Amino acid sequence: MKVLVAVKRVVDYNVKIRVKSDESDVDLANVKMAMNPFCEIAVEEAVRLKEKGVADEVVVVSMGPKACQEQIRTAMALGADRGIQVETDETLESLAVAKLLAKVVEAEQPGLVILGKQSIDSDNNQTGQMLAALTGMAQGTFASEINIAEETVDVTREVDGGLETLTLKLPAIVTTDLRLNEPRYASLPNIMKAKRKPLDVKTPADFGVDITPRLKTLKVEAPAAREAGILVNSVDELVEKLKNEAKVI
Amino acid sequence: MSILVIAEHENGSLKGATLNTVAAAQQIGGDIDLLVAGSGCGAVAEEAAKVNGVAKVLLADADCYNHQLAENMAQLVAELASGYSHILAAATTTGKNFMPRVAAVLDVAQISDIVAVESADTFKRPIYAGNAIATVQSSDSVKVVTVRSTGFEPVDTDGSASVETLSAVHDAGVSSFVKEELAKSDRPELTSAGVIISGGRGMGNGENFAMLERVADKLGAAVGASRAAVDAGFVPNDMQVGQTGKIVAPDLYIAVGISGAIQHLAGMKDSKFIVAINKDEEAPIFQVADYGLVADLFDVIPELEQKL
Ligand SMILES: Cc1cc2nc3c(=O)[nH]c(=O)nc-3n(C[C@H](O)[C@H](O)[C@H](O)COP(=O)(O)OP(=O)(O)OC[C@H]3O[C@@H](n4cnc5c(N)ncnc54)[C@H](O)[C@@H]3O)c2cc1C
Ligand SMILES: Nc1ncnc2c1ncn2[C@@H]1O[C@H](COP(=O)(O)O)[C@@H](O)[C@H]1O
Repeated sequence: MKVLVAVKRVVDYNVKIRVKSDESDVDLANVKMAMNPFCEIAVEEAVRLKEKGVADEVVVVSMGPKACQEQIRTAMALGADRGIQVETDETLESLAVAKLLAKVVEAEQPGLVILGKQSIDSDNNQTGQMLAALTGMAQGTFASEINIAEETVDVTREVDGGLETLTLKLPAIVTTDLRLNEPRYASLPNIMKAKRKPLDVKTPADFGVDITPRLKTLKVEAPAAREAGILVNSVDELVEKLKNEAKVI
Repeated sequence: MSILVIAEHENGSLKGATLNTVAAAQQIGGDIDLLVAGSGCGAVAEEAAKVNGVAKVLLADADCYNHQLAENMAQLVAELASGYSHILAAATTTGKNFMPRVAAVLDVAQISDIVAVESADTFKRPIYAGNAIATVQSSDSVKVVTVRSTGFEPVDTDGSASVETLSAVHDAGVSSFVKEELAKSDRPELTSAGVIISGGRGMGNGENFAMLERVADKLGAAVGASRAAVDAGFVPNDMQVGQTGKIVAPDLYIAVGISGAIQHLAGMKDSKFIVAINKDEEAPIFQVADYGLVADLFDVIPELEQKL
């Protein structure tokens, strides 16, 4: 079975982002970029499927500017066999990404597609579900465990109330939650090897996909700041403040 | 304008998040219909009919809507969509699961997790784990929107809408429900609790959460956790608060042995009052806390329980 993994280049999760003073956008100048953490988990899961003999090829795909080839190389260093980049400098909304992915799915015919559940920049949590709609496939979102059988996959999902398990017909779309696995680190030899793995570059026009945004960002502002609080010296003082000042207990 | 709100429920009763979502719909303005899709969910429809501001309840009661499988829900909602300018659902794991699928079927964008309505086509939503708030305007003919409950006060439930039964049965036949393991608790739900006490890695182990539960008992509070506490296996995933867990905004949030990572703050920094108990005075949680107590939690939590 071929497994397709979608990875996104985003701001490193440790960076505390700031908005530009003109409130047009966040300030990404000189900010460290990395693979979206949920995508690392997606790559790891695919590589494990290959190591278990369930998958025979892992293909990684990313859409965006040239720089996202870094994240494709990282995925290949972690064990993906080859990469596809769909190059564009335009802003991509989840619907456009899903449409491009649907074309890649059509061309590659994977048995399973794994995506992250959410990008930590847009916090959209949409692309996997949209791809599932466009391909007519079943979806298992927010996965914390997946078990592949002959023609189906069982997906345990993290839901608000606890855990839910579904059986999906293959081919299917899975999106990862944090507890699906713990991604490995790339070793130096594997980073070197990844440089020689094949990486195909396409454009949205190659696929005939219209990526025009549907949403216009009018403003990006900082959230309301919290006023500085105080340190209390004892439990007694804390209880007194909560009762008489905050009046919340 | 007319708005379709998808009710959040578990066949037995309507979930509170529906009331916040209807509140967002009221701010958009227009007729509001409430869809109850499930299996054996007639009682939910009766409850839904009492939600203020709702003109009509649509009841789709069939086996295929049990557990609200995304493939089947998306077909049903997309079919109903033609009559509406907006489709809204709560940004819960249920809404987040099927709504983008609806949007893609309709070939429109989804606007995730709105916290404010600026006008019928313009909304505010947090991005970058809540470190920025974007104002976005949609040019799509149908606006598919998920609503963050903490952004909207719930509407009341003394209305009386009519209930219309739908006969549409959509079974995509590609997915099926196997089982669920739902946490059982007598405590209030995290997302609607007035008081929450959460523990982090500093709790040391799962048994120690009993200390927080005793405090919670006295305060009528819900108990939450950081991701580190969930990852370490102290407590189950449904207790996680944060960017990728539950978003909460109680009157009082007590963070115990939690450092205050960006991703945790994203889920609780809109709480009215925040208390931080941490032995490290440098912990970032103190930057958002109204009242901070630099102390060993194993000393102060038992004392807090006793003094409440
Ligand atoms: C993509 C992504 C998404 C994430 N989503 C979430 C999320 O939704 N929610 C979330 O919480 N995290 C999330 N995280 C993880 C987050 O980055 C932090 O790792 C996590 O919140 C840390 O949890 P913690 O504060 O319990 O642990 P730590 O950071 O280890 O902090 C433990 C704290 O306990 C204190 N302590 C220890 N012992 C005691 C004691 N005896 N008395 C008092 N204080 C004590 C320490 O001083 C320390 O400050 C996410 C991370 C990523 C990459
Ligand atoms: N530009 C992109 N290139 C590749 N994959 C993407 C891109 N954008 C989103 N994805 C995938 O979709 C997931 C969810 O993203 P989102 O819907 O934007 O929150 C990510 O974790 C990726 O797996």
